[in-house]
Amino acid sequence: MLKFLTRFTMVAVLGAGLQMSARAADETPDVLIKNATNEIIEVLKTDKAIQAGDVKHTQDVIESKVLRYFDFNKMTGSAVGREWRNATPEQKTQLAKEFQALLVRSYSNALTQYKNQTVDVKPFKAPAGDTEVTVKTEVKQPGGKPVTIDYDLTKTADGWKVFDVYVAGVSLVANYRDTFGQEIKTSGIDGLIKSLREKNAAKVIEKK
Amino acid sequence: MPRVSMSKISLLKLIASLLLLASLAGCATGSNPKDPWEPVNRKIFAFNQKVDSWVLKPIAQGYDAVAPLPVRTGVSNVFSNVEDVWIGLNNLLQGKPLQAVSDIGRFAINTTLGVAGIFDVATELGLDKHEEDFGQTLAVWGVGDGPYVMLPFFGPRTLRDTGGFVVDSAVSPLGYISDIPARNITRGVKVVSERADLLSAEKALDDAALDRYSYLRDFYLSRRKSLINDGRRVRVEEDARTDAPALVVADRDVEIGQSRLVFVALDRAYPALHVDVPAPVLQSLN
Repeated sequence: MLKFLTRFTMVAVLGAGLQMSARAADETPDVLIKNATNEIIEVLKTDKAIQAGDVKHTQDVIESKVLRYFDFNKMTGSAVGREWRNATPEQKTQLAKEFQALLVRSYSNALTQYKNQTVDVKPFKAPAGDTEVTVKTEVKQPGGKPVTIDYDLTKTADGWKVFDVYVAGVSLVANYRDTFGQEIKTSGIDGLIKSLREKNAAKVIEKK
Repeated sequence: MPRVSMSKISLLKLIASLLLLASLAGCATGSNPKDPWEPVNRKIFAFNQKVDSWVLKPIAQGYDAVAPLPVRTGVSNVFSNVEDVWIGLNNLLQGKPLQAVSDIGRFAINTTLGVAGIFDVATELGLDKHEEDFGQTLAVWGVGDGPYVMLPFFGPRTLRDTGGFVVDSAVSPLGYISDIPARNITRGVKVVSERADLLSAEKALDDAALDRYSYLRDFYLSRRKSLINDGRRVRVEEDARTDAPALVVADRDVEIGQSRLVFVALDRAYPALHVDVPAPVLQSLN
């Protein structure tokens, strides 16, 4: 069961890493995921620094190639739940920033453990008018069981963006919802921002 | 007739003492409806982490370092193969006979062609492994989750899944190895093998979690729901009163596809059997 936590943190990022092109806004979500995934795998195969475990470099790669295809505002709002409505715009910005940092740090650590996984994007069919879709993929690894990764995408003015990732059926956003909920109950939204900031800062020191 | 082994009795004792402990500690904390025994669970989680870091993890790391990947995969496959029969039975009990046929097919192919389960030939022939256990069967029959429980040594469960786990352990063929030292060694190897599989996942847990305990709990509960529903997403109201899973309507196309896969796999595995797969079926799979 815990095995899936590896993929849970690692492969979520394999979902979105495209060069921003004029066609991006027109791309169907499954093509977007397919291209993004292939590009990330290419980088993982060729980038020696990532293979050597250079976490800072991996984070930079993720920030430049991947983040644009996630809608972090929507993700954070979903993870925070009901209290999001009560947050000030400043708090919302802070929360999204810290949550993004947390996820980037976790995934970059996980990505440095990449070992020849292959990703298979499943056939995609959704009614043309849908603004929220799910793209299913499967990650296969030599010597291990395949894991399903599903991406939920929403259509924005900038094209499709990922707002949730399901690894082995577990929603990334929902998994944080309870933890965030408890934190907000005990110390409010500012308390949550503070905890996230501390967690992110602690990791930075650890890596040095 | 096999005697009930000492470890099954001690497992039941552990669970009984856990429940006693929980009731002594006072149940409801009110903070999380899914985890009314949180204070006790957290203590047991802390205990498990100590046992793990002092004893199990070092052994698993040693195993990981010493045993080459093919050996670790082979060992893992052998244990996994043995479970396929029980998985098939659970599928049957849950009203999924075609999936059960696929599981038995897996066991047959892997035990023969896969040399006693060392090689997972069945997956390569298209028969994917299912994950089922008695706890999921109970859930499909309508038994609710019950409180979240952190078991000493065994890790997270729901109360219902603890019962399921007891049944899974009781029927495991490993329990029927009559030579006690051999049985204990086999059990030990299984535990170490599974722990070694989790080494990299543990690092991921550390990085991703604000609070390891609640992250693990939420992950476990979500994962169980997903397994019970076989990966189908079921929309649940946020303040739903009951944990009972929504009625799962079998997907006829998936089921028919499953049975076709079994025939094709058998045909490829044992050409001498001359399993007759109609041409249109073969075509529909390619």
